[in-house]
Amino acid sequence: MFENFDFEIIVTSIPFLIEGMGLTLLLTVLAIVGGLALGTVLALCRLAPYRWLSLFAGSYVNFFRSMPLILVIFWFYFLVPFIVGRPVGGFYSVLVAFIMFEAAYYCEIMRAGIQSVRQGQVHAGQALGLTYRQNMRYIVLPQAFRAMIPILLTQAIILFQDTSLVYVVGLRDFLVAADIVANRDNRLMEMFLTVALVYFVMCLAGQLGIRKIQKKFATG
Amino acid sequence: MNYNWDWSVLFCFVEDPVSSCTQPFFYWIVSGFGWTISVAAAAWVIAFSLGSVIGVLRTVENPYLRGFATVYVTIFRNIPLLVQMFLWFFVFPELLPDEAGKWVKRGMPLPEFWTAVVCLGTYTASRVGEQVRAGIEAITQGQRYAAMAMGLRPVQVYRYILLPVSYRIIIPPLTSDFLGVFKNSSLALTIGVLELTAQTRQIEEYTFQGFEAFTAATLLYIVVTAIVMAVMRVVEGRVVIPGMISLGAK
Amino acid sequence: MPMIEMSSVNKWYDDFQVLKDCSTQVAKGEVVVVCGPSGSGKSTLIKTVNGLEPFQEGTITVDEISVGDPATDLPRLRARIGMVFQNFELFPHLSIMENIKLAQLKVLNRTDDESAKRGMELLDRVGLVDQADKFPAQLSGGQQQRVAIARGLAMDPIAMLFDEPTSALDPEMINEVLDVMTALAEDGMTMMVVTHEMGFARRVAHRVIFMDEGRIEEDCTKDDFFGTARGERAQEFLSKILTH
Repeated sequence: MFENFDFEIIVTSIPFLIEGMGLTLLLTVLAIVGGLALGTVLALCRLAPYRWLSLFAGSYVNFFRSMPLILVIFWFYFLVPFIVGRPVGGFYSVLVAFIMFEAAYYCEIMRAGIQSVRQGQVHAGQALGLTYRQNMRYIVLPQAFRAMIPILLTQAIILFQDTSLVYVVGLRDFLVAADIVANRDNRLMEMFLTVALVYFVMCLAGQLGIRKIQKKFATG
Repeated sequence: MNYNWDWSVLFCFVEDPVSSCTQPFFYWIVSGFGWTISVAAAAWVIAFSLGSVIGVLRTVENPYLRGFATVYVTIFRNIPLLVQMFLWFFVFPELLPDEAGKWVKRGMPLPEFWTAVVCLGTYTASRVGEQVRAGIEAITQGQRYAAMAMGLRPVQVYRYILLPVSYRIIIPPLTSDFLGVFKNSSLALTIGVLELTAQTRQIEEYTFQGFEAFTAATLLYIVVTAIVMAVMRVVEGRVVIPGMISLGAK
Repeated sequence: MPMIEMSSVNKWYDDFQVLKDCSTQVAKGEVVVVCGPSGSGKSTLIKTVNGLEPFQEGTITVDEISVGDPATDLPRLRARIGMVFQNFELFPHLSIMENIKLAQLKVLNRTDDESAKRGMELLDRVGLVDQADKFPAQLSGGQQQRVAIARGLAMDPIAMLFDEPTSALDPEMINEVLDVMTALAEDGMTMMVVTHEMGFARRVAHRVIFMDEGRIEEDCTKDDFFGTARGERAQEFLSKILTH
């Protein structure tokens, strides 16, 4: 089964794979930053006292959560150059797709986090004479933040895995880099098993890290 | 932005590359939608049954069974689904004995379809397993004691008490896992299943009028999601246990 | 031959010893009340009788069957011993009648008609016939606990174990449960009852066991216990309980 497993091909393609991983990580980080920014705005809209604002944010979230990420990628892959009016390169189109898509999920996580703070806490803050802003700043958000952190980080790992879907538009991320080598040298087994192992180790390390952070929050 | 929307494109007749019948593009969307539903439904059957087993094993006393289930969940949740798809399609047949490998690659009917179903099913089973476990763990130790004190055997305790209660309280997260498998079925396009998303991409390639097809597909996904959520809300209302609340969707 | 016999039972949770050299017996038809401060091990003790809590040393036999023997078919033994819990533990997804029928159907293999008939008899006995089709959450705590007793009795047990059956109840519901238990005792049921209800002990019990820090400190007749023959710890416990 593994008698003609070719380790050589894995070793020689390491620089090429690292380049791919670079794109994967860049896309992940930029999508997290952009997604968090847009997601925060959406969450504030969602909880805003204006009905039309929260309705808009709610529809946005439901819309993107109903769609497969691949379709979203296709949409923006064609839509972004169209709106900008000139070709912008696949990376930017896909980045926009990820930011728009992730923002919907981040918005929900933040909304749930803020709403998980018990009403009694809000009342206690008000009873002390805190203003709405002060109450948010000193009472609600610090507690909400603790509840959200592990979930936001877990979502980041999911996003890291999801960036592999750029395969459908051929961006040269980690998986596509491996796919290129695999098909060029007809070494599919070696390359795909390597990809799986690398992703597995990175995600597992991330997961264990999250668990540590969670424990820290729980005890302190 | 000056895109020339032309919905008539979807009703242009064209020769289907697979069946070589002449059909409107619109029909490609219908057929893709059919494959999307088939993949999702078949994968869900695997996800639900295997996931229930995994979830139960995560809660049993035997350390080996528990360890097995934990390893299963860890592996399937930490490898990107698309990579899993490639492992099933390109690598798995190579790992089988010669004859079996050949059969999986060429012998069995609809190899791409069934590979996608198995991949999505086993992946989603790891998520369902975690929900089932959470549901069982939300049930108090006292309930388990009460069931055992009546003389029920371990399998009966799960069959009549723990699982029925667990399923009822995890309906919201299970619904979101089902919608997950429905949306994730689009990954089947990477190994050549012509499901909904693949068909819209194909129409784009044929006509250079992609947004019409994308819009149609988007609407279909949204409508199905809305229907499933509405149905599950009714189901939840029907089977709700008086005095119990369900676990929130993740 | 006693119905329940424990000798030198020791149990640890990791390093912490919860039961220390516990020995006692319950004769057929006898009602034994087990009391003691919280954390004294009384709930653990009663759960070892039907093997819900395993123990590391000593022997327990019920109707001459050894509970600790790995060869014993515990579910089969448990089916012959009824148990009532502090938090009722009715199954929330099943109606009252289904709660009572479940083990009759699945463990005793009775027919649906037989189990329903037996269920109705017992609901009548605890005064809840009209509640048969309701769900547990729709009943008061006292009603739920009466159903739980009926559910135990439906198995025609040789003994009944009660683990603080009234301590989760509002005060006004305690008596309706104690009345059912008293009637059961008068019918000659073998009972082991963990409870703080000293009035019940005085009226119904034959013997009282007092536990403290995992040890059986007193094991005597009701009259001795409520008379003068008890030790210092039991004295202290009783004075606290009776004056609160």
